Amino acid sequence: MSMELDVFVGNTTVLDQDVYQLWLDGHTVSDAVRIRMEAGALQECEANAEVLHSDTTDQFRTFQMCERLLQSPSKVANQLLFQIPPHRQTMLIERYYEFDSVFAREVLGKKLSKGTKKDLDDISSKTGIALKSCRRQFDNFKRVFKVVEELKGPLVENIQRHFLLSDVLARDYAAIVFFANSRFEAGKRKLQYLSFQDFAFCAGQLISYWTVGAVDNMMEDLDVDLEKDFLHDLKDLKVLVNDKDMLDQHKSLVCAQLRGKIKVFSEMEANFKNLSRALVNIASKLTHTKDFRDLFIDLVEKLIEPCRSDKWTIGDLRLFLKHYSSSVHMLEAFRHQVIWDRYMSVIKSCILKMYHD
Amino acid sequence: MPGRLKAKIVAGRHLPVMDRASDLTDAFVEVKFGNTTFKTDVYPKSLNPQWNSEWFKFEVDDEDLQDEPLQITVLDHDTYSANDAIGKVYIDIDPLLCSEAATVISGWLPIYDTIHGIRGEINVLVKVDLFNDLNRFRQSSCGVKFFCTTSIPRCYRAIMVHGFVEELVVNEDPEYQWIDRIRTPRASNEARQRLIFLMSGELQRKIGLKVLEMGGNAVVGYLQCFDLEGESGLVVRAIGTACTLEKISTFPATATHPNNSSPSKDMKDSPQAAPSTLGCRSTHSSPVHSASSRLSQGFSISVPTLLFSGMGSGGSAGKEAGPLKALLKQQTQSALEQREYPFFTLTIFPPGFLLHVGGVVSARSVKLLDRIHNPDEPETRDAWWEEIRQEIKSHAKALGCHAVVGYSESTSICEEVCILSASGTAAILSSRFMQDGPLDTEHRLSQQPLCVFSAGSERVEGDMGSSASLGFEEVVSPGCGFCHIPYDELNIPFPAQLTYCYCCRRYKVPDVLFTTIDLPTEANVTGKGCLIQARLCRTKKKAQGEGNAMAISNLLPFLEYELHTQLMNKLKLRGMNALFGLRIQISVGETMLLGLASATGVYLTALPSPGGIQIAGKTPSDITYEQHISNMQKKINDTITKNKEQYEINPPEVVEEIIGSPIPEPRQRSRLFRSHSESSDEVSEIDLSHGKKDAFVLEIDDTDAVEDIHALLTDSPTPAGFYSCNTEIMPGIQNWTSAIQMFTSVRVFRLNANLTNQGLNKIFSDLCENLLKSLYFKLRSMVPCCLCHLNFTVAIPEDELIQVAVTAVAMSFDKEQTLENGKRSGEKTLIKAITENDEQLQFNLELNAESSSPNPLGSPKGLSEVGSHPSARDRCSSWIEQLKLKAHTIRRGSVKTTSSMEKASPLPEGRSRSLRSNRSYSGSSVAVVKMTPLSFIPGAKIIKYLGIINMFFIRETSSLREEGGVSGFLHTFIAEVFAMVRAHVAALGGNAVVSYSMKECVFMENPNKNQAQCLINVSGDAVIFVRESELELTSVQPQSATTQTSNGGEGT
Repeated sequence: MSMELDVFVGNTTVLDQDVYQLWLDGHTVSDAVRIRMEAGALQECEANAEVLHSDTTDQFRTFQMCERLLQSPSKVANQLLFQIPPHRQTMLIERYYEFDSVFAREVLGKKLSKGTKKDLDDISSKTGIALKSCRRQFDNFKRVFKVVEELKGPLVENIQRHFLLSDVLARDYAAIVFFANSRFEAGKRKLQYLSFQDFAFCAGQLISYWTVGAVDNMMEDLDVDLEKDFLHDLKDLKVLVNDKDMLDQHKSLVCAQLRGKIKVFSEMEANFKNLSRALVNIASKLTHTKDFRDLFIDLVEKLIEPCRSDKWTIGDLRLFLKHYSSSVHMLEAFRHQVIWDRYMSVIKSCILKMYHD
Repeated sequence: MPGRLKAKIVAGRHLPVMDRASDLTDAFVEVKFGNTTFKTDVYPKSLNPQWNSEWFKFEVDDEDLQDEPLQITVLDHDTYSANDAIGKVYIDIDPLLCSEAATVISGWLPIYDTIHGIRGEINVLVKVDLFNDLNRFRQSSCGVKFFCTTSIPRCYRAIMVHGFVEELVVNEDPEYQWIDRIRTPRASNEARQRLIFLMSGELQRKIGLKVLEMGGNAVVGYLQCFDLEGESGLVVRAIGTACTLEKISTFPATATHPNNSSPSKDMKDSPQAAPSTLGCRSTHSSPVHSASSRLSQGFSISVPTLLFSGMGSGGSAGKEAGPLKALLKQQTQSALEQREYPFFTLTIFPPGFLLHVGGVVSARSVKLLDRIHNPDEPETRDAWWEEIRQEIKSHAKALGCHAVVGYSESTSICEEVCILSASGTAAILSSRFMQDGPLDTEHRLSQQPLCVFSAGSERVEGDMGSSASLGFEEVVSPGCGFCHIPYDELNIPFPAQLTYCYCCRRYKVPDVLFTTIDLPTEANVTGKGCLIQARLCRTKKKAQGEGNAMAISNLLPFLEYELHTQLMNKLKLRGMNALFGLRIQISVGETMLLGLASATGVYLTALPSPGGIQIAGKTPSDITYEQHISNMQKKINDTITKNKEQYEINPPEVVEEIIGSPIPEPRQRSRLFRSHSESSDEVSEIDLSHGKKDAFVLEIDDTDAVEDIHALLTDSPTPAGFYSCNTEIMPGIQNWTSAIQMFTSVRVFRLNANLTNQGLNKIFSDLCENLLKSLYFKLRSMVPCCLCHLNFTVAIPEDELIQVAVTAVAMSFDKEQTLENGKRSGEKTLIKAITENDEQLQFNLELNAESSSPNPLGSPKGLSEVGSHPSARDRCSSWIEQLKLKAHTIRRGSVKTTSSMEKASPLPEGRSRSLRSNRSYSGSSVAVVKMTPLSFIPGAKIIKYLGIINMFFIRETSSLREEGGVSGFLHTFIAEVFAMVRAHVAALGGNAVVSYSMKECVFMENPNKNQAQCLINVSGDAVIFVRESELELTSVQPQSATTQTSNGGEGT
């Protein structure tokens, strides 16, 4: 004896947000029922386990039916199959595209191809996120990437327009797309301490100031590609370390500003040339794909680690970077102020974001 | 050439990929009407083609316009092979044929394929130019309006209610034709869909013709069903109530009711003494079975008429039992009787229409199907229904009633056996809406109605020619008039306990009332109501042909009797005394019969308080046994007390306050009852109470009764914050919010073989209970809320499977009691005012009629063995007991106004025009379309009816597992049906469907072959509604209000 068939269809689609979350998290029906029982669902409406099981199965089926639509969110609003009030549509889409930052961190910088999908099993066991949920999140990344890859115009807006996501979520997706597109190295052990949010912030900075779209938002290409001319111009910054006079002058200017203001003054003074060389070298090598991909690892190895070993505080670092970049304006022989500012403002905020344990 | 149909194909969207190589589709469209087909150009390589076709014009007869659907087929062009069909859209042109309904169909409609479901959408424009038809012998009936709503539609007024119309058409089922062996499932499904569309159209046209003949212009309570008889064919049948409606153009609250063109002619005839039982009265003919004859001693029970279609000439003989016939002959005929069938499919009535209610009448008959040889002459099926209707008619007569209201018909088919059922509520109607009918002069003279007005502005109707006088008051108090008995108290057609009305104290009322109609809004009700269900399963042996039919008809009376017992017990357990909306469904399978009775129980203030339930044991000597009994008794008493609290039933004090009428002695008695019922465990009191029938006695000396008691106590109460009913409205709840949620839920349960009756019963009952529990849980976010119009349908799709389908609407309400009370009393006074108005009007009219005093005459003929079996100890007698109680059927008061009706003042014409012109405003996002099985939308006014929606779909799959198994398959299909209904309503310019129902949901599966098939038939009325809150703004800003409505932002 068994229930052969059990369906409930509302004229307005009935959606339970809590159950939706359980479904998104990749639980099986019986897991979900158990979780709901533990959460006290049986107290509501004099329900019993059977009722809960029926409800959960039904909701899961509904979500599964909606899933096809959610994969192209623009269809949700003008499809006829499910009558869902607009605010619920927004909720469904937003939640469907939300992801675990732990998961995103794992995928960051990897190629969003099928090969990586096999790694999902590993990620799942490493992060404790159900494989089903990993699949969904990964497929979402891939789908968004595929769609915006071929679009012109500003990345964040494109994502928002095509996937109807909130601004915050769209920015996170932009970061993922940016990383996947530029293939930044993010998996190295030295970078493990950095969270997804750290990278997302840096990606946001890069997108806002260094990309094609940052200067001209009607470009032909994907605006997540960095502006070639800018990268080329960065080579000119070499003069700052190659010209001995200029380097000395720069150092004395910075020291003058910082004397007595930071605790690690002597370390700074001793290390100034190394630090400056590191920053300028990173800039000048960005035209090479390999070096470009290593941007974050370089920042960590050449700047963050030395500072950390000298026990710089974040305040020290902030002051140093501020004066390091502004002092350049006083170097009369230096002609690349605009490029310098564009470079330093991004690097500065990235370093500061990344400077933690 | 009376009509030109024009169609334009604008665009498509979300089309499926038909060419895997390019991931695109080269789509074009065929537009077909009758035998004419047009094609659009191919729009290459797009999933969102823009055809923007010219106007395709079809010049056709209006007869064809009514019968044929416009058929739109979307195809993928293929240069080398045959074009692939993407899907089809059938468009019912009917709404465009009526000047008052829709004028254009325009919008996105889902493209449907019977194998793949919805595959994208197509945007079309359809218009009709009708020319005046000068042919007086025309076969078309364009312009007759159809409504599924079983009341007078909200923005109309009934000038005249003409009466019953029925029609059926038959055809061969394409699925069973020889050609089906060689064609694809898709072709076969499409042939079936198309055929049913055609048959529905033809049926509607023919009914329309009948309406025109009667002088009417509309059909309300239109109920169309189809019977899939398998090999023997396909029957589409419909019944309805012909009316002359007039659009209300002024404020309706004060609208006077139309004068009837002629003074009333129809009265009830004398109640005949023929046996009847409330709720189940029917006569039996040929083979009389021993069991039933035993049971029917004294009064008839529902012994089904059993006729074999193979035998005799269709079996129209022997409809009535001998004595009945004789009696009938003696009776004079009233005008209503002159009508073939004085039946009304209405369940809610215009004020003043329904005077008294007699009780439920029903008839069933078991038939053997054979092939319909000549589809053009569906005489056999006609004859079958005729018999049943005759039976119903005579039952009504026996209850002293001249009409049957809330009338419906249904069938259950299993292999070649078919059970036909009809039921309704015997009633006395006011003549004011009724036409003279085919009454000839002679007749009229002898049958002049008698109207006497006594001082208290009450009217007493009598019937001169008849042998009985019935003292009827009309409209003494609108809240109780309908309860007063229509039959002669000295000549009660069935055993009944009569008391004086607890409201007006003047007229007799029964102690229990069963009806199939909706609760009249003006009825005085104490507390709230609730859904009451009786469920029953009975096994039967597998058999063939006549043997099978015989076995079924032997079982039916028992089944029906037990359902009534259960209903009565459950009613008493809730401390209530009346049932409304009673619907008994009997479903037949190969090895079992399934009975499900659903109704809404209420406490009618006018009726006496129900006694408790007493349990009696056969052998009171045994001490432990007595202990057991008294324990059970205590449980029952506790439950009754608890229920009374839950449903706020605390008579009669409340009654006094509301009505303010003097309460004579019966009050004392009622107190007695109450104390009695509350005093527990005094088994010795049984005899006392038994004779007086204060309490209902259950004997537990046989296993069935034990089972009954268990069934009684296992019904779990509705959770806090929920109410449920199967009627339109719930007494005691008025302040609905705008949040409504219509839903359909289907469950199929697989049984083990070899279950006992008890085991089956338990499973079936649990199935229904669990389904209800699941509904409450699902809808918990809407609390406080009421599930209204809970409509259960049971079926036995195959051996060992039970299918239960429910369609209902959940409506939230505001808790604020104060608000509610205020509103309620306000409404009451309003109703009263109307009533008085009506009365005056009517007096004037009827004074013309020659009036004389009623002849009080109690003819003691008839089998009045009332109370003659009080001490009987066998099942039969306890049944009698039941019936006595049951026997008190309701009659209804003369004033009938639904609360929402009052609210529903129509808009001036200009408003609705602005609304229509504004429709396209809703733009690209999908407009919200509400659906409800009710005839109204809370907090809103229906300003226009756009036409009837009647759709039939078949869905089939041969990849069941891939579509998520049977649940996934059916879930998708139901969602698709909803989507198609909404899309068609939106295309007509509407924003809601009212009186929606899913009339058929036939599901078949073959998991081994990975296949399943489902047929769904839905219907309803497409309407435009406007929120009341927006109405107030409309004069200032009609446009913005309109847009809001059609976009319907609120979360329902």
